[in-house]
Amino acid sequence: MLQIENLTKTYHLGKVEVPALRGVSFTVNDGEVIAIMGRSGSGKSTLMSILGCLDLPTSGRYLLDGQDISGLNDDRLAAIRNRKIGFVFQQFNLLSRTTTRRNVEMPMMYAGVGRGRRQRAESALEAVGLAHRMNHRPSELSGGEQQRVAIARALVNNPALILADEPTGNLDSHTGEEIVNLLLDLNKQRNLTLVLVTHDPDVAARALRTIHLIDGVIEQ
Amino acid sequence: MKLFQSILEAFESLNANKLRSMLTVLGIVIGVAAVVAMLSIGQGAQQSITSQIESIGTNLIYVTPGSSRQAGVAGGAGTAGTLTQDDATALYQVPNIVAVSPEVDSNGQIVFMGQNTRTRILGVTPDYYTLRNFTMADGEFISNSNLVSRSAVVVLGSAVADTLFGGVIGAVGQSIRINGQQFRVIGVLASKGGTGFLSQDDQVIMPMTTVQYRLAGRNTFRGANVINTINIQVNSPNAVTQAKTDITAVMRDRHQTSAGTDDFTVTSQQDVLGTITQVTNTLSIFLGGIAGISLLVGGIGIMNIMLTTVSERTREIGLRKAIGARRRDILYQFLIEAMTLSLLGGVIGIFFGWLIGQVIGKIQLGGSTLTAVVSPNSVLLATLFSMAVGLFFGSYPAMRAARLLPVEALRYE
Repeated sequence: MLQIENLTKTYHLGKVEVPALRGVSFTVNDGEVIAIMGRSGSGKSTLMSILGCLDLPTSGRYLLDGQDISGLNDDRLAAIRNRKIGFVFQQFNLLSRTTTRRNVEMPMMYAGVGRGRRQRAESALEAVGLAHRMNHRPSELSGGEQQRVAIARALVNNPALILADEPTGNLDSHTGEEIVNLLLDLNKQRNLTLVLVTHDPDVAARALRTIHLIDGVIEQ
Repeated sequence: MKLFQSILEAFESLNANKLRSMLTVLGIVIGVAAVVAMLSIGQGAQQSITSQIESIGTNLIYVTPGSSRQAGVAGGAGTAGTLTQDDATALYQVPNIVAVSPEVDSNGQIVFMGQNTRTRILGVTPDYYTLRNFTMADGEFISNSNLVSRSAVVVLGSAVADTLFGGVIGAVGQSIRINGQQFRVIGVLASKGGTGFLSQDDQVIMPMTTVQYRLAGRNTFRGANVINTINIQVNSPNAVTQAKTDITAVMRDRHQTSAGTDDFTVTSQQDVLGTITQVTNTLSIFLGGIAGISLLVGGIGIMNIMLTTVSERTREIGLRKAIGARRRDILYQFLIEAMTLSLLGGVIGIFFGWLIGQVIGKIQLGGSTLTAVVSPNSVLLATLFSMAVGLFFGSYPAMRAARLLPVEALRYE
């Protein structure tokens, strides 16, 4: 599913070069669950951005579902994010001015889905156990429920990969565990590849394997 | 992303900040309302002036004398005194001419009992009645026998009858004094409206010969009686230009002049209308332009609010990009939001502009009301212009939103 070969990323802050990733290689198979751990500044956010096709590596190869990402233009990257990747963020990133159902419909609008958006959004919300909250605003929901809405939004375009960036970071441990359970269930039911970025060892322990990043390289 | 979806989203996000959106729309409303009101007032003024000029008569051409020259000093136009009754007679030979009416102008103090007024006195021939589209309110117009016998008779304009007799009725048959002489009122003209120099109600009409022999004193030029104006009517609007050329040729032949040295001027009613239309158009554009400045200010308001919106919603933009929005999706989203604001302002503004026009139409201005005309053109102009304002002032904020990098936008606090 994911094939990373000797990936580097260097940021330029004025004249200073800041290496964030210094040669990272690993592979993730279809349907696998992995955790990426590391302290802040270890390069895990950078790695997450590249895996999510939000940013391009400075060098190295990244194959997503067999497709080489480096060298694609913005619009192609947007299309890949739209169809192949579902994002779950620490801060949920829901639009507060509209209903949960409309929030979940959003990725389909950019995919050009015409008819059937509503049904698909509703079945995605059912899959995360929020069928009864469809017409509520995010502000009327608890943190755990909001994260479920975000997961429904990530699922709705049937992606191959779910990228969860600290999905439990804003939740209490009990709710956080529920969210991780939900993600793992979805992984099993739908054969979704799941990448969890976390600093919580308990969350990382649920994954099949864990990649530790230190100063931009993988700790063996 | 479908257009309808984008518009729906635009309304959703404008709705989230109701007061802010309303204030921004208000800026455009004021601008568009001002433009529509000003244009409609300009057009109303033009229509009322045009209809007043057209009420004078149709397909008219006027020949007036040029300026006099005495010892090298040029007098004003119309002072030459070279236009004679014989010129008028000669013009009958020009093709397509329906009527020719010479006119002698004077003025005088008109007295009846304790009332008096000073007004214009026109000495004309009976043809003048049809030529100028007059109708009688009472009595009759001057006749050929009046003309031949230089009768001391007078036809009053309705305003003059009002002043002297308190109305149209009761004037006919009365005897009035003009410059100390007795004249019998034989008719009163129906009112044509119009104010100022366009008023055809504040005047009295007499046989031309009466004015020449009894009032103004007779001047002659080359043995013929001098007149002030020759009024000519041709049979169709299309004949006016050719008739003007022909009249000029006949007059040059009689006066032995050539282009540049003419001692007369030939003007058609269309020329007058054209000049006035030009003036009122300039006025409309000027008024509309001033009003347009407020629309510009409204546009800057849109830009301001859109820039605020973009920076407030940076994370939202990051999210949209993460879930697959392309640059142009973001660009369109914010452009449509800006244009929704401006178009909403435009529609409401057109309504208020129309309302202002109606209110101004109710106000009396120097005795006549101005009917403001909201033409489809000015509505179209206002709509397009407000859309253009939205597009122009919305494009920079939208471009800024579209250019945001997804990674940085998502991290924005």
